[in-house]
Amino acid sequence: MPRVIFEDIIKSYGKLTVLKNLDLAIDDGEFLVLLGPSGCGKTTLLNLLAGLLDVTAGRITIGDRDVTDLDPKDRGLAMVFQSYALYPTKTVRGNLKFGLAAHKLPTAEIEQRIAWAARLLQIEPLLDRKPAQLSGGQRQRVAIGRALVKKVGVFLFDEPLSNLDAKLRTEMRLEIKKLHDELKSTIVYVTHDQIEAMTMATRIAVMDAGVIQQFGTPDEIYGRPANLFVAGFIGSPAMNLRPATLSVAGGKVAARAAGVDLDVSHYGFLTAPRDGQSVVIGLRPEHFGEPDAAVTDPAGNFSLPVQHSEKTGSDATAYLKFGDGLIATRVDPELIGRFKQGDTVNISFPQGKLHVFDAQSGRRL
Amino acid sequence: MSTGLLSGDARVEAAPRFPRKRKGISGRSIAILVFLSICAAFFCVPLYVIVTTSFKTMEQIREGAIFSLPSPITFEAWVNAWDHACSGIRCEGLKVGFWNSVAILFPSLMLSLTLSSITGYALALWKVRWAGTFLFILFICAFVPFQIIMIPLIILSSGLKVYGTIWGIAIIHAVLSMPFLTLVFRNYYKGIPQEIMSAAMMDSGSFWRVFGEIIVPMSGNIFIVVLILQVTSIWNDFLLGLTFGGLGTQPMSVVLANVVITTTGEAAYNENMAAALLTAIPPLVIYFILGKFFVQGITAGAIKG
Repeated sequence: MPRVIFEDIIKSYGKLTVLKNLDLAIDDGEFLVLLGPSGCGKTTLLNLLAGLLDVTAGRITIGDRDVTDLDPKDRGLAMVFQSYALYPTKTVRGNLKFGLAAHKLPTAEIEQRIAWAARLLQIEPLLDRKPAQLSGGQRQRVAIGRALVKKVGVFLFDEPLSNLDAKLRTEMRLEIKKLHDELKSTIVYVTHDQIEAMTMATRIAVMDAGVIQQFGTPDEIYGRPANLFVAGFIGSPAMNLRPATLSVAGGKVAARAAGVDLDVSHYGFLTAPRDGQSVVIGLRPEHFGEPDAAVTDPAGNFSLPVQHSEKTGSDATAYLKFGDGLIATRVDPELIGRFKQGDTVNISFPQGKLHVFDAQSGRRL
Repeated sequence: MSTGLLSGDARVEAAPRFPRKRKGISGRSIAILVFLSICAAFFCVPLYVIVTTSFKTMEQIREGAIFSLPSPITFEAWVNAWDHACSGIRCEGLKVGFWNSVAILFPSLMLSLTLSSITGYALALWKVRWAGTFLFILFICAFVPFQIIMIPLIILSSGLKVYGTIWGIAIIHAVLSMPFLTLVFRNYYKGIPQEIMSAAMMDSGSFWRVFGEIIVPMSGNIFIVVLILQVTSIWNDFLLGLTFGGLGTQPMSVVLANVVITTTGEAAYNENMAAALLTAIPPLVIYFILGKFFVQGITAGAIKG
């Protein structure tokens, strides 16, 4: 069944090149999330796949068909849009039916598919209403239903949850994931929300400036970010990235940042570290140890003054002065009381959770 | 209702704590009222004279008091204007012109609405080669005065053997209104969210099916706006009807002018007034029936980007 392959895709508008020599292969049944900040080209890539935009150069194949020059309706895709894009003058049933307009199907088959999608999405009581009479979440379901009735192999989602409120978003996230598990179809999902990406994707393609920065499973993206962009983009609060200098002496490697030495001897360097090399070290806020408690075999110990702290109910973050900047550490909300402004706290960072990047290229070392 | 504290009904017992000063009539509002009254009178006084005169007998008109109320009230002038008024040597009244106008109005409405809505839809929502150039030309055409192209058009239409026919006038109306109406439709359709069009492209991709099933049902308001504009301009048109209308195919406005101009013996003021009112009625009726949609249609495109 359909494997979607992008080969050497270039998309430019006049002199502005939005996508640069992009290659990407999506396996059958995969839930691929295209993740990136606004303007990174992820929606452009999706529209190229849908056929709503034409590539400047390159080839797109779905299954064994070259679809680069096909019309959108002939590509065997279905798409869910950010604004739902329901036809306002048609009823829900009419919307679903129009989704099948390009397929010449017998009436019984159309009715049966609409009934199937309506049952699956629990929109049966809404079939005779107009979109204006539906709530945001219901409209979202109808939009998904309009895609489902086509029974295609590849579904495209363009930031489908960004117009919903936080609670509904969480619910719909689970439902889309459930649908994917049930239907086993390929999904390409565009979002700028890393939580959606981390929770739903089987693989994530992190994009920035028209280039895929990293392509891997959520665990890989989080655990082994390929470069500084991915490191800074994934994770909330964001990873602390600090410039440091490596010193290699007698089998020991240390990174010195703002007067603190971090032991990186056990770090899995991809290239051998050089003495005096400029690097950027990355410390995730959630990997810091408890304040004023010893961590066995730490990479480094910090003794830093508290700048401020914030609580979000289930979580708390303290910001500590480090050199001329701040580093964020996640703290058990029970313990946040210990972080008073101006106090100095001792915290340590464990071995094995550190990330080291080259200062010039930004690549993971 | 209970008066308990929990019932939640707020009772005003004492005077309000922060009474608001009542606004009196200021000098400024008097000035505005006077100005508005003058404006209203400017339109109403002539209308009053026309309406009252049309119900008067000629004897009363000859007395010269133009503001007096008609006594006795007579509908004779209206009947005469409709049935017997003389335009040139034919004395068949305005009804000939009325039916001519109707016969011009409908085909030309159908033609201009269909052509301009489809062109506007294509220009706004489909990738059309040279769309920008085409729009620019339309824009220029919308500003070319009819008088400039009148003579060439007459020669052209007589060459096509439609000069002096009802169809000739209808087609010329439709063609002349095309540039402006196409721009109106195009701008309205530009306001339709791109994603709806994208969804339609993925669902159907057929030019006509998307137009018929998705776009036309969404453009009720703009159709009414254009309908009103077209009905008014076609019905009120004089120059086109005069130059392109042959004997017996003249629209109502031309017949009206002839009725008023033709004088044998004394001028029948009551008949002329009745004739003018009869000619003005159809656009008014359209405004009254569809006026609400007209305002909606004008603002709908403006607010929703």
